[in-house]
Amino acid sequence: MLFGATVRSPIPHARIDTIRWQPEKAPAGAFCLTALDLPGPNGVLLLNDDWPILADNEVRHVGEPVALVAAASRLDARRALAAVEVEYTPLDSVLDLSEADPENPLAVIQLEHGDVERALGASDVVVEGEYRTGHQEHIYIECQAMTAWYEPDGALVVKGSMQCPYYVHKALVHALELPPERVRAEATVVGGGFGGKEDYPSLIALHAALLAKATGRPVRIAYDRHEDIVGTTKRHPSVIRHVTGIDEQGQLMAMDVDLLLDGGSYTTLTPVVLSRAALHAGGVYRCPNVRIRARALRTNTATNGAFRGFGAPEAEFAVERQMDRVARAMGLDPLEIRLRNVLEEGDELPTGQVLDDTTSARLCLEKAAALTDFRRRWSELEEERRQRADGEPMRGLGLSAFFHGAGFTGNGERRMRSPVKVALREDGRIEVFTAMIDMGQGSAVVFPQIACEAGGLTEDDLVFAEPDTARVPDSGPTVASRTTMVIGRVLAEAIAETVELVQAWWRGTKDLEEDLTVAEGAVQSPDGSSWTWREVAASYVKEKGSLEVSRRYEPPAWQQLDEETYQGVAYPTYGWGADVVEVEVDPDTLEVKAQKVTAVCEVGKAIHPTLCAGQIEGGTLQAVSWGLMEEVKMEEGRYLNDRLATYIIPTIGDSPEIEVHLLEQPYEGGPFGAKGVGELPMDGGAPAALAAVENATGIWADEIPATPERLTAWQEAGDVVESIAGEATKRSSSED
Amino acid sequence: MARLLDVLRERLELTGTKEGCGEGECGACTVLLEGRPVLSCLVPLVQCAEREIQTVEGLADSVPSFFEQFVATGGVQCGACTPGIVVTAAALLVESPKPTRDEVQKALAGNLCRCTGYEGIIRALIEEAGR
Ligand code: FES
Ligand code: FES
Repeated sequence: MLFGATVRSPIPHARIDTIRWQPEKAPAGAFCLTALDLPGPNGVLLLNDDWPILADNEVRHVGEPVALVAAASRLDARRALAAVEVEYTPLDSVLDLSEADPENPLAVIQLEHGDVERALGASDVVVEGEYRTGHQEHIYIECQAMTAWYEPDGALVVKGSMQCPYYVHKALVHALELPPERVRAEATVVGGGFGGKEDYPSLIALHAALLAKATGRPVRIAYDRHEDIVGTTKRHPSVIRHVTGIDEQGQLMAMDVDLLLDGGSYTTLTPVVLSRAALHAGGVYRCPNVRIRARALRTNTATNGAFRGFGAPEAEFAVERQMDRVARAMGLDPLEIRLRNVLEEGDELPTGQVLDDTTSARLCLEKAAALTDFRRRWSELEEERRQRADGEPMRGLGLSAFFHGAGFTGNGERRMRSPVKVALREDGRIEVFTAMIDMGQGSAVVFPQIACEAGGLTEDDLVFAEPDTARVPDSGPTVASRTTMVIGRVLAEAIAETVELVQAWWRGTKDLEEDLTVAEGAVQSPDGSSWTWREVAASYVKEKGSLEVSRRYEPPAWQQLDEETYQGVAYPTYGWGADVVEVEVDPDTLEVKAQKVTAVCEVGKAIHPTLCAGQIEGGTLQAVSWGLMEEVKMEEGRYLNDRLATYIIPTIGDSPEIEVHLLEQPYEGGPFGAKGVGELPMDGGAPAALAAVENATGIWADEIPATPERLTAWQEAGDVVESIAGEATKRSSSED
Repeated sequence: MARLLDVLRERLELTGTKEGCGEGECGACTVLLEGRPVLSCLVPLVQCAEREIQTVEGLADSVPSFFEQFVATGGVQCGACTPGIVVTAAALLVESPKPTRDEVQKALAGNLCRCTGYEGIIRALIEEAGR
């Protein structure tokens, strides 16, 4: 086996003049490959293929792959990097959204419901706010890695850490111009993904495969942490402006949202991230007039891609903070403004979708408020802040309400009609074939549970095939909180159909009048005879030959989104939540310590309550730390903190206690009522954490992460809650 | 100089021990050296001569119930941090058989987990101690 390594650009934007490979300077036997050596198109196929496999004439971000080397050991491969000399001519670079060209976007979405201009004019109070969020690194504990080789029959195999074996498969077929059946992508157990192994594995797989093809040897590429941070995708930074019109009673009249995402240098998945951001930009509030203008712009920074929540956390951070601003302007508390405006059954979203009886925003808010005695404590802490002498510890409470559309956005599921295949084996076990992977979210536990429940079987009656594209059908990627809700449902149907077919046949052969029941792995007839599932199924195979059942996901007919106007139904159902975050802020340093989070989530049905709560605990911590501490620092497009010592994620000592409460309002389209849950908790932690800082300190925080440095700067600039209340009153009285 | 981590994973094929950073920041590579947790990515092989090393594989044989506890409480999701955490936790329980939440937080301060939010890990330890 050879080991691969990647030559990367040190410059954010430059023309490549020459690439010189000097084998005499490299360890013996080392090998080098550039864009000139590619056998087919130089693009990673995702939504489109503008993302180069290796930069051609131009590099567009620091860390962009320019050449590949392979050598006999990891160390030799690293040494060989020094033997590749690249000459660049630097070009002007765009380093963040403020410099980006709005006329040349990566994607644009506009939607309008009602008449925003008119409603703003008619509002009693108008509140404006601008909110910013930064990059976030996934920091899955297992860095990205991939191995590629050619089988003796010439088939290409790649194996590694990936959320979406069929994305990798398609990218290989496209770039290597191979017939699909000559390529296999096999997912190993994934050591954490969070979206980071949705898009990027396609690129590493291509790199490993190209080196394997060129050298005729198996090649392994494994990133170390430094390279993983520098090279791979991140959460999109955002700048989101809200103009909100409210009537005297504190009811929303109009919401005008201008949403910008920093897409980085190539398209990757940005248009779909933007779409989800736009669809969540109005938050969990009823508003008759909403306009959302969303654009993703290009910058010379690493491509931003999928990250748990997929644009919704950015959008909901902004709308939640804006609701707090509105509350300040109206003199209401954060709970009251939300309760007056929260979506209920029968209300419309900005897409025109009418919400059904699984709309639980109010339920979650009321539960979270009751559990934490929110209203009383929040007011007491407000009072405490006003009375506090300098140097006393500052405590605060913050609230957020949020939702997350479950499954693919819009017509995605309809285009895929994801299949699941199950087959009877000779020993009577049912083998299940899906492309879903377990990256820690627990599908390896939840799928068997769903299958047992649907078929009356035991886990011993089931075998799950490894997610290998040579064996499993393309049931889509493990993303978008769709695994349990969408694929789990199809799995339940396929199992139920198989069990039904087998038991009907058995009844026939035994000449039994009445239906048999299958429970806990046993087939029973009303007269008391009983057989094990496996003996019955094994005789089926023996008598009738093998049995295969394939079922596809059919989204509800009413889930149709007009992709031009963005009117229609973007998601068949939503998960709902409310968070209360409690913080303590050091009066001298303004360092924030989150002490406790109470997370209330309505998930349809918690199929496995421990795993479901675990998703919420983990997602909540990622959200709170995104809000308070996680920061990708850059200078001239270079990462300053590209190590775990400098990119700080919470340790067990920095983490708040997280108390999860699961609520259930079954969604009939999911297995046993389950909605997607993986991403929901990412949406609420950050705004609630900043709201708590505001309650504690009086500082108006509208940008994350709210680090002590930023809080100090805002405090010095006079960005405090009193000024907001004043501003809004002035506006409304001057308009009288 | 060979790192203990590479010797374990590559030469001895004990791949239970994980690499998360290679520079002493994540704890995924923790093993017990003479019963005490060390970061195998920072330990040169020469320091291990004639000394006893226990990896997660060894613990899996000696205290399987401990692993079940992690699964039952949600202390494991992707599992990449788990070997390091289990090994560190096992050493803690030897020193302090009934640890408080605070002691658990101190002992595991060097082990990052990106999945669980740590709650399940704390539950696992407190419940294991309660058995
Ligand atoms: S790999 Fe040793 S501490 Fe991270
Ligand atoms: S379980 Fe995934 S990092 Fe801890």
